[in-house]
Order: sequence, then C-alpha cells, then structure tokens
Amino acid sequence: MASNPDTKIQGGLLGWVDARFPLSQMWNEHLAQYYAPKNFNFWYFFGSLALLVLVIQIVSGIFLTMFYKPDADLAFASVEYIMRDVEWGWLIRYMHSTGASMFFVVVYLHMFRALLYGSYKKPRELIWIFGVLIYLVLMAEAFAGYLLPWGQMSYWGAQVIVNLFQTIPYIGPDLVTWIRGDFLLSDATLNRFFALHVIALPLVLIMLVAAHIIALHEVGSNNPDGVEIKKNKDENGIPKDGIPFHPYYSVKDLVGVGVFLMVFAVIMFFFPTGGGLFLKPDNMIPADPLVTPDLIPPVWYFTSMYSVLRSVPDPFLGVVAMGAAVVMLFFIPWLDRNPVLSMRYRSFAAKFNLAVFVVAFVILGWLGLQQATTEVSEMSLRFSTVYFAFFFLLWFLSKERSAVFSLIAFAVVVGIYTIYDILRFDPSDASLIMWSWLIPTVYLFVTMVAPAFARGLGRDRAVPERVTS
Amino acid sequence: MANQGVNRGRRRFLVAATSVVGGAGVAAVAAPFLASLQPSARAQAAGAPVEFDVSAVEPGQRVSVEWRGQPIWVVRRTEEMIAGLSEVTDRLRDPESEVETQQPEYAQNEHRSRDPEILVVVGICTHLGCSPTYRPEIGDPEMGSDWQGGWLCGCHGSRFDLAGRVYRNMPAATNLVIPRHMFRTDTLLVIGEDEDGEAI
Repeated sequence: MASNPDTKIQGGLLGWVDARFPLSQMWNEHLAQYYAPKNFNFWYFFGSLALLVLVIQIVSGIFLTMFYKPDADLAFASVEYIMRDVEWGWLIRYMHSTGASMFFVVVYLHMFRALLYGSYKKPRELIWIFGVLIYLVLMAEAFAGYLLPWGQMSYWGAQVIVNLFQTIPYIGPDLVTWIRGDFLLSDATLNRFFALHVIALPLVLIMLVAAHIIALHEVGSNNPDGVEIKKNKDENGIPKDGIPFHPYYSVKDLVGVGVFLMVFAVIMFFFPTGGGLFLKPDNMIPADPLVTPDLIPPVWYFTSMYSVLRSVPDPFLGVVAMGAAVVMLFFIPWLDRNPVLSMRYRSFAAKFNLAVFVVAFVILGWLGLQQATTEVSEMSLRFSTVYFAFFFLLWFLSKERSAVFSLIAFAVVVGIYTIYDILRFDPSDASLIMWSWLIPTVYLFVTMVAPAFARGLGRDRAVPERVTS
Repeated sequence: MANQGVNRGRRRFLVAATSVVGGAGVAAVAAPFLASLQPSARAQAAGAPVEFDVSAVEPGQRVSVEWRGQPIWVVRRTEEMIAGLSEVTDRLRDPESEVETQQPEYAQNEHRSRDPEILVVVGICTHLGCSPTYRPEIGDPEMGSDWQGGWLCGCHGSRFDLAGRVYRNMPAATNLVIPRHMFRTDTLLVIGEDEDGEAI
C-alpha cells in the first residue's frame, strides 16, 4: 500500500486509523463524496428527521428503562414515579411519548414523498421494501411500548389487538395463549412485551435502517424530477446535477432539524397528550382486567388500519383485510409499471389517484377514532374500498388503456362492491348505502373512465433530460 | 494438498449433510426458547377453581367473580327475565347454543345454565375480548323497545341477551362462554370445576 504513489499517505491519528479501518473511505462514500441531486425540496427533510427521532427514542428510552419496572404490580406506579419524583422524569417520558407520535408523522410524510416522486421504482425497489419493513417493525415497537405503562388503555388496547390472532382458524386460541404467556393478559405478557420493546425490536429496527441507507447509497437518491442524475456525468465521473451530501445537504438538514425540534418542543412542553391523541386520559387509570373502558380507540397512527379492520363484518376476514392494507405496500414497485417516476410529469389521473389515497387514509384515520355507529362503519367500508382500489389503479395507470378495456375494468371493479352492497342490503340503511356508493364510484370514474375519453387526463408529460432547478 | 480436481458430488453431499445437521441443531435450540413463552407452571396452577355463595345475589342482580383473571358474571334472573329469553329467539345467531365450544353440555339449553334462575357466564366479549356492560332493564330506551335485557359491548357494539346469546349481525360471532361450574350445595357455586373435574 505504502508503495502506491497515487495514494496520499496521511500521517497522524487519522492515517493510523485508516490503515486499520476504512474510516475516511466510509466518510467519503456516505457523506463527503456521496453525490445527491441538487434539486431536493421540502419533502426530503423527513429521512434525516426519522433518523433524529430514532436517536431521541433510543436515548430517552434508555433513561426511562433506568426507572421503569416491568411488573404488573409495579409498572403503573413506576411510571407515576417517573412523572412525579424522578428529576426531569416527566420531561424524559414526554420526550419518549411525543417522539413515538412524531416518529409516525415523519415516517408517513417520508412514505408520501416516495409515492409522490416514484422513489420506489427501479432501481430503488429494495429501499422501498426495507422501508416498509421498518414501518412494520415500528408498528410492533409502538404497540409493545404502549402496553408498558399498564393503564386501562394499555391493557384493553393490547387485549383487542392480541385477540386479533384468535380469529385465525384452528391455531388462533393456542397462538394467543402463547403470545400472552398466560390465559389472560398478565404480568407474563408485560414482561415479554418489555423485552421486545427495549431490545429485540430496536435491534431489528436499527439493522433495517442500516440496510435502508446502504441500499440508498448504492443506487443513489431519487429527486423531485425523477431524473437519473448518474446518466449525466462530467469528466471526473461525478454527476453534473449532483452535489456532495456533506456539506450541502447536511447543512440543509440541520435547518430541518431546527424547525422540527421547535415543533417537537412545543408539543412536549405544552401539548404532551396531544388532546388525547398521543396519550389518553383513560391510561391514567391502572389496568383493571374486570372493567373495560367505554371506548377503546387505538393511538392515532394505527387508526387507519383499524378502520379497515372494522369495515369487514367477519372477524377473521377483517384481520386479513387489515394485514393486506399493510402488505399491499410491498407490492407497489411491481404494481406501478409506469416508467415516469415523478408525479410532476404524471397524468392528471395519476395525481388524482394519489391525492384521493392520501385523503382516504386520513379519513380512515379519523373514522378509527370514532364509536362504531352505522354511519362510521359504512364510511369505513367505502374508504377502505378506495384504499385498496388505489393499488389497482397504480397498475391500471401504468400505461394508457383503450376505451374498451377501461370500461370493462371499471364495470368489473364497481360490480364487485356493488354485488356485495346488494347482498348486505338493509332497507333501514338504504339511503346511506346508496349515496355512499358514489364515493368509490366517482373516484374510479375519474381515474378509469374519464381518461379513456378525455385523453389529456390520462397522458403523462415528457420528462426532462436534466433536473429542472 | 495438491489441486487434483474437485469431487463435486462429495462436496455437494457434504454441504447438504452439514446444512441438514446444522438446521436440525437450530430447530432443536429454537424449541426451548419458543416453549418458554407458553404459560409457566405457576400460571397454569393459578387457574384453580373458585367458590361463590349465590344466596346473596338479589333477583335481577349481577355479581362479578374473578376466576383466572377474568370476570365471571353470576346473575339471578327474575321470572320476567326468564320469560324474555324465548321472545328474542328469532333475533339470535345461535339460539340453541349449537356451537359446542361455548358451553358445557349441561348449559346447552335455552337459559344456558344448570338452574334457570342462575346464569354463570364469562364476562368477556367473544369478538375481541372487551367486557360488555350489563343492561338488565327490559325495554331500555337506549337499546330499543323490544330489548329484553342483556349486555352491550362498548368496544364494537355486540349485543347479548340475558343468557349470553349473541344477536344476529353483530361483530361477535358466538355466544358468551359458559365456564364449567357446579353447585357443591344448594347455594355454593364452584366455578372452574364440575363433575368431570377441573376445567382445562
């Protein structure tokens, strides 16, 4: 090595380390010489923010573990002890609970960015897969953590979710007993959820985050134009539209961190319960296996999936639908075969499809917080239909379809849920069923039938050679 | 060792054999870990039967008794309540209690109990495990004029009659569970044990 005249021999400590560990090389590959497109915008803050929240959660979590007792008799009191007697304990706990909600805020926005600019498309499919896995593990992590304070909401929320597995035919009841480690949700369950929450799942999470970033740095970042910057390189092999991540984006991200921490601090200091969305009043009552609270809504970040669950009358099929709502995300890179990455250059129909998906997700989230009345169940069903139709539309809008094919596909999809509507028709809810039928139907009409006749609605625009700004 | 060529067949065999033996080892090591998550001996022992004196239960009253950490409801039904059981039959999903796992044989009747007056039932909704609220009042305005008394689950809205039988088109698909029980004397109820022995 030392005989190689091209290699600049560095002296000092760095040189000593570099001869034994690729420190400078890693720094360069991932920061100083990692060329990212120069046109990143607002939506590109959330990846680094997710990393920041992960660090906040790990640090605050370590300190909470120093005072918390994973014991059904002591857990609730130990959380109160942290809140009242431990110096700054309230701050550390509120940091952790706020961090949990902010984690999902940031991750949802990060996922939306990927959908907006086609960041899941070739060659970034694996980045997306790792990302969905992170989302899954994050949900498990949040669910396990929510049991630990051992309040009424912790207890009954976990009861409902663990019992979802009971609906699996044949093995369900035994599986649930195995998960709980007892015939009911008890100390044994609390103990194992603690183990999962503080060690098992965080380890998996960190490894997945590493895989996510390694995959990203292998293929390079996408950008708001969806243009591949590696196609235009200068004589040194550096992308013409790329700038080194450090210092350009590290500094940009610092601005994002600053703004984010302000929002974070305002929530943590002034609205730690988030008006009942982040921490629920019922959870200030110790867990009581004999009394169920009147309403058990999940924490806000689960409510969209929960609405999908509730929209199906059959318990097992409801669980299947909820699982499918998440699993469908894995298939997005292969459903959407349209070569245009960014929504900037996609057709009106594609933009409308994504917009409706976001609205449906938010409405499902709101519905999941409500008591299950007839209207709420009906709306959950309609917007769950829209949610799943989005994935079909991703495939359908992969290319321009003929008028005949469009009409047939539209008739088939509308037919499927219309037949279900006829089968479940109940005269007492006739008007509700009939007018709400328009929700998915109008959506499908705009995305499937309209582009077949007004061709401009379904036509993608030309993608520029280079990034635009 | 000289490079005398590779015996590919032998190499493949050795790789396969090592993988199989290694896989068996992994499975064998995984077994105790997975088994450790099952209810411990202590948790199993905690399921002992409990005794309860029903003479103190007033007509129309419901008392919660804890057995295996679950609420067990003991209800003394009035004449009127018992009469109401046959009026709701056509609105129930399983009025004859045909799903065998939900009750012992001796409770497979209209009142789902040994004694038509005394109902003993596990107070956990068969949908997702919430504990429903007792709505004993006949014709309760909130429940509808034809309500004959029963339970309403606050979580997902399942309704049960005063024998723990589920109404049609509810999230819960089966009747409430009747635990194995018996009367040791005329008034001393034992929950979790009957003539056939202790409940599993």
